Amino acid sequence: MDRFRMIFQYFQSNSESVMNGICGLLALASVKMYTSFDFSCPCLPQYNMAYGLGIMFVPPIILFLCGLILNRQSLVMLEEWRRPPGRRTKDLAVIRYMCSSIMQRAMVAPVVWIIVTLLDGKCLICAFSGSMDPEKFVGFANVSTVQVQQLLAKVPCKDDELMRNNTSHKAVSRYLRCWSQALGWSILLILIIAAFLARWLRPCFNQATLLQARHWSNYIDIEKKIFEEACCEHSRLFAHKCILHFFESMRQEIKLHSFSLPREGEQAEGEEDLLRGITDQDQVNKLLKTWYYEKPPLDVS
Amino acid sequence: MDKFRMIFQFFQSNQESFMNGICGIMALASTQMYSAFDFNCPCLPHYNLAYGLGILLVPPFILFLLGFVLNNNISMLAEEWRRPQGQRGKDPAVLRYMFCSMAQRAMIAPAVWVSVTLLDGKCITCAFCTSVPVESLGNVSHLHLSQGDIQRVLARIPCKEIYNGQQLIANEVAIRYLCCISQALGWCFVLLMTTLAFLVRSLRPCFSQAAFLKSRYWSHYIDIERKLFDETCAEHARSFAKVCIQQFFEGMSTDLVAARCHLPRKAPADAGEAAEKLLGITDQGTMNMALKSWHRCKPPLDLHSPALPTGNGWAGEGQPPTHSSAPRRETAAYYSWV
Repeated sequence: MDRFRMIFQYFQSNSESVMNGICGLLALASVKMYTSFDFSCPCLPQYNMAYGLGIMFVPPIILFLCGLILNRQSLVMLEEWRRPPGRRTKDLAVIRYMCSSIMQRAMVAPVVWIIVTLLDGKCLICAFSGSMDPEKFVGFANVSTVQVQQLLAKVPCKDDELMRNNTSHKAVSRYLRCWSQALGWSILLILIIAAFLARWLRPCFNQATLLQARHWSNYIDIEKKIFEEACCEHSRLFAHKCILHFFESMRQEIKLHSFSLPREGEQAEGEEDLLRGITDQDQVNKLLKTWYYEKPPLDVS
Repeated sequence: MDKFRMIFQFFQSNQESFMNGICGIMALASTQMYSAFDFNCPCLPHYNLAYGLGILLVPPFILFLLGFVLNNNISMLAEEWRRPQGQRGKDPAVLRYMFCSMAQRAMIAPAVWVSVTLLDGKCITCAFCTSVPVESLGNVSHLHLSQGDIQRVLARIPCKEIYNGQQLIANEVAIRYLCCISQALGWCFVLLMTTLAFLVRSLRPCFSQAAFLKSRYWSHYIDIERKLFDETCAEHARSFAKVCIQQFFEGMSTDLVAARCHLPRKAPADAGEAAEKLLGITDQGTMNMALKSWHRCKPPLDLHSPALPTGNGWAGEGQPPTHSSAPRRETAAYYSWV
């Protein structure tokens, strides 16, 4: 429990950590989505390419947009970008820094999806089986052009009756899967090298500007949070005062109307305060009715 | 347990987080409901469409309404909308803000249901199996079947065990085709929803940020004020009840003394608090009488004045507040009719 609480607190403490946490969760969600998605290639000549490439590229766009939506800092950045300068000038370097850090985090889940798709291979097999050269494969070499397109389109569907007896479909699948996995690993390697270089070479360029930009972007984020908390606290105190005034004004109105002498009760001080002079059913009903029909003005001066 | 308590506290600390939590739970519930639901396509020409589209569209509507029902703020919105103006003006921007934020959260579970349904493919397969393009995918010309017969055969596509149209169009081909269309629709729907959400979220700071901050502050204020008022009323009710009951017991005690012509027994000086708490009732018979009185003849809701000797102490709304008279002891003079 302690460990869990520590991890939880660590992630909450720093907003960058929160964003990294969300980024990791989205990447895991993207892998889970892919494994639970039931990929079924249509195995029809005109539809294969659209389906295969669609599954490879549309979910990454969705994941990218989700990454932007779920990241609190994107709102902070937009607000900072669009606010009127007023008495505080805008620093474009800060906005650029925030934008690049948001984009980098939002790109992780789509890249994970694309790489998992390529390493699995089903999408590429579905999309490009119809574009294979039939001469390269024994089973498709002596078939008419029209039929060969149909046959090639059915390669991804292993259980189709035409494919069950055709051993060349395995050759096409293996060929395409090999290309797909090679592409997947290459992209992964290039991205990791790029990330490595970016991180190692960054201190060589503009380190001071970077530190400033990072500091002020953190500051803007913290300032927004504290402002929201201060507003919450203020509205709580405002409401408290407003209600006390309301009870007081009800008490005075009742005193005015019922001409009763002030009570010399024997109750404890605490009870007296809490009752606030409202001591019978009619008074309580009047108070509740007034609360509904005539809420007090928003003015506690 | 600690883990749950911590997660619970995190969500409760911030009201928006709490609403987001409910929203997430409903989305998960909607996925769980779909996987637990036993989909049974009727495989009859006119029923398929109704069943398939019904399963696609009716549960989201239910989930949307449920999203509103489970949201605490709906009653707050209704109250603020319907209250008379009184001394405090109404701001339509605040009402719009509250409604929009509730509607956005309520839309998530239905959108999840529709996406999961479309990506799974069973509903669309069931609803549109009679519209499969048999001319391009199958062999309609070789078989001489009437339109009605073709429709009946095609309607059985989702039910593989009873499908008898392999010569017309292969079952797997039709199902793959429909599944592909369904999944394409599903991904397009998810993309559309995500793009809309992104636009709504990112265009707001560009246009109406100041108005937004104002509406957000006042909608939180209304919520907090309502909660504080309820708390104050609860405190008041507690004190009221305490005094009322104290007066009841004192009344009982005085009653008994008067009826039995006993001198009030003075508790020994060193009995202290315990004796005070006994409120003058110290034997079984008296206690039974007190309990019976409490049941048959509750005291009036009036901590000031002597009560009228009615059997039912419930002061109705029409009664004017009775004026208090000296001496100003906090006693309701109460006559037991036991």
